[in-house]
Amino acid sequence: MSSSLISIRELSKTYRRGNQPVPVLLGIDLEIAAGDYVSLMGPSGSGKSTLLNLIAGIDKPSSGSLLIDGIDIAALPENDLAAWRAANVGFVFQFYNLMPVLDAFENVELPLLLTGLNRAERREHVETALAMVGLSDRMDHYPNELSGGQQQRVAIARALITDPTLIVADEPTGDLDRQSADDVLNLLDRLNGELGKTIVMVTHDPKCANRAKRQVHLEKGVLLSGSGAH
Amino acid sequence: MLYGYVLKLARKNMLRHRLRTGLTMAGIAIAIVSFGLLRTVVDSWYAGAELGSSGRLITRSEASLSFPLPATYSERIRKVPGVRSVTFANWFGGIYIDEKNFFAQFAVDAQSYFDLYPEFRVAPAELADFKRDRRGAIVGRKLAKKYGWKVGDQVPLRGTIYPGNWSFTIRGIYQGADDKTDENQFLMHWHYVNETIKALLPSLADKVGVFIVDIRDPAQAAAVSAAIDSSFKNSLAETRTETQKAFQLGFIAMVDTILLAIQTVAYVVVLIIMAVMANTMAMAARERMREYATLKALGFSDGFVSLLIFGESLALSLAGGLLGILLTFPAAASFFRATRDLFVVFEVRPETVLLQLGSAVLIGVFAALAPAINSTRVRIVDGLRAVT
Repeated sequence: MSSSLISIRELSKTYRRGNQPVPVLLGIDLEIAAGDYVSLMGPSGSGKSTLLNLIAGIDKPSSGSLLIDGIDIAALPENDLAAWRAANVGFVFQFYNLMPVLDAFENVELPLLLTGLNRAERREHVETALAMVGLSDRMDHYPNELSGGQQQRVAIARALITDPTLIVADEPTGDLDRQSADDVLNLLDRLNGELGKTIVMVTHDPKCANRAKRQVHLEKGVLLSGSGAH
Repeated sequence: MLYGYVLKLARKNMLRHRLRTGLTMAGIAIAIVSFGLLRTVVDSWYAGAELGSSGRLITRSEASLSFPLPATYSERIRKVPGVRSVTFANWFGGIYIDEKNFFAQFAVDAQSYFDLYPEFRVAPAELADFKRDRRGAIVGRKLAKKYGWKVGDQVPLRGTIYPGNWSFTIRGIYQGADDKTDENQFLMHWHYVNETIKALLPSLADKVGVFIVDIRDPAQAAAVSAAIDSSFKNSLAETRTETQKAFQLGFIAMVDTILLAIQTVAYVVVLIIMAVMANTMAMAARERMREYATLKALGFSDGFVSLLIFGESLALSLAGGLLGILLTFPAAASFFRATRDLFVVFEVRPETVLLQLGSAVLIGVFAALAPAINSTRVRIVDGLRAVT
């Protein structure tokens, strides 16, 4: 078994709706090894997206511990957490979340603005990332000039541009046709297989989930299966 | 590097809804033009006083400007130490054809008046003609141009203070020494008016409204003023002497409330556009909530997102503001042409331009305040769920 990149212990998350507490995650224990490819599955409202958000450091748990590469990210102040995300996490969203006013090149370049790279270095990185996702010829296209699949590939290029340890993907094929979905999943396979990226992906789609090395099922905020690291 | 990106994104975001941006910019531009014009109206009102010579004193009745002084005071004032020469003038207040044709008319001492007003330039021959003709008049260049008068024309005036129908022959047209000199005055012989009125209303005869006193040393204005006033202390008609500038400021004080109202309106216009702009920015920020959340998820700070909102807001308000400032100058020129009778000068001052620019910045900052604060409060996960 590989060493754990993500170590989750007794993790709970409760939202408040008005005065009512709404528990979403209840005492989750989960280990994810470096280089693993995990799909989080479960019905709507099971807490899978919440768990992904916690792992990605864009939400904070109500209790429990969440260590990523030994760092307790729940304890990090907001600015440090933002810097941690910039350096360690790549995001792939269901609806791509590209900046509509920036072209493909500029969208991919965006996370690099938080690094010390100069313009020439950034250009080199962006061209490599776009070549990897097969969009070298679409660099100056704006999101509305790209298909859904192409936009998601730009989003993947943006996710890997800073060479993060972890890539989180929330329903990355949820808005795509079959062919585009396959292209995206093939790309994620390559990121995991060739570049050794740890991927945590939320999906409803069993076919999509099957592409992961491991499936973790949640229901009503509780982990049903697949909690151990591989 | 990041600031460059902020500007780039601000510019691109501004152009996303061209119609909305265009209308907001137009609104800001109109507000800035209105602000500039209203400020200039107030400035121009005061400008007349600013132009007053510090070497000239005005002596009037201590009781009120509406109470005339005996014409005989002239000789006594002339004898006060420090006084070089004296002349006098009286408000005539006649109506030319119709009441709406308002312009300043003064009955003056033809022999001395123009010596004390060297800024009123009259051709020597015309001045000599005027001095010779007791029914003559000298008018300002702009006034003559407005009514198409030329030398030799007869101008009928219906008296209000001095009853009856009067007729004056234009003997000369004066030109201002510079563009700030009032060229809208109508000047006739006080002696002619006085002699005519002596027969009709003896109580109004031998009286003048103000004495204009030329002093040797402007630095001694206060002392000479005090000396003049003390000469008439405890008389039936005590005097009040002040510099021409102070005298004209006193006039302006009479319409202070109106000027205050104009100034208030100028600022209210800015406040209104501030609210409109704030609404525009709130809408824009609400639409972009998911984009802001994405930026924050990628590691950009709340400060960066706030800067983005401020950048867009400032870019929009400054673009509208600069357009407004540029349009203020032709608008002021048109306004001046349309209101020539009211103002001697109508110039947009550098201070006004600075205030316009400051207002544009203030509009931009204020409009961005609430959306920027809101963007820092919205959690990333909520922002990502926002429907755009």
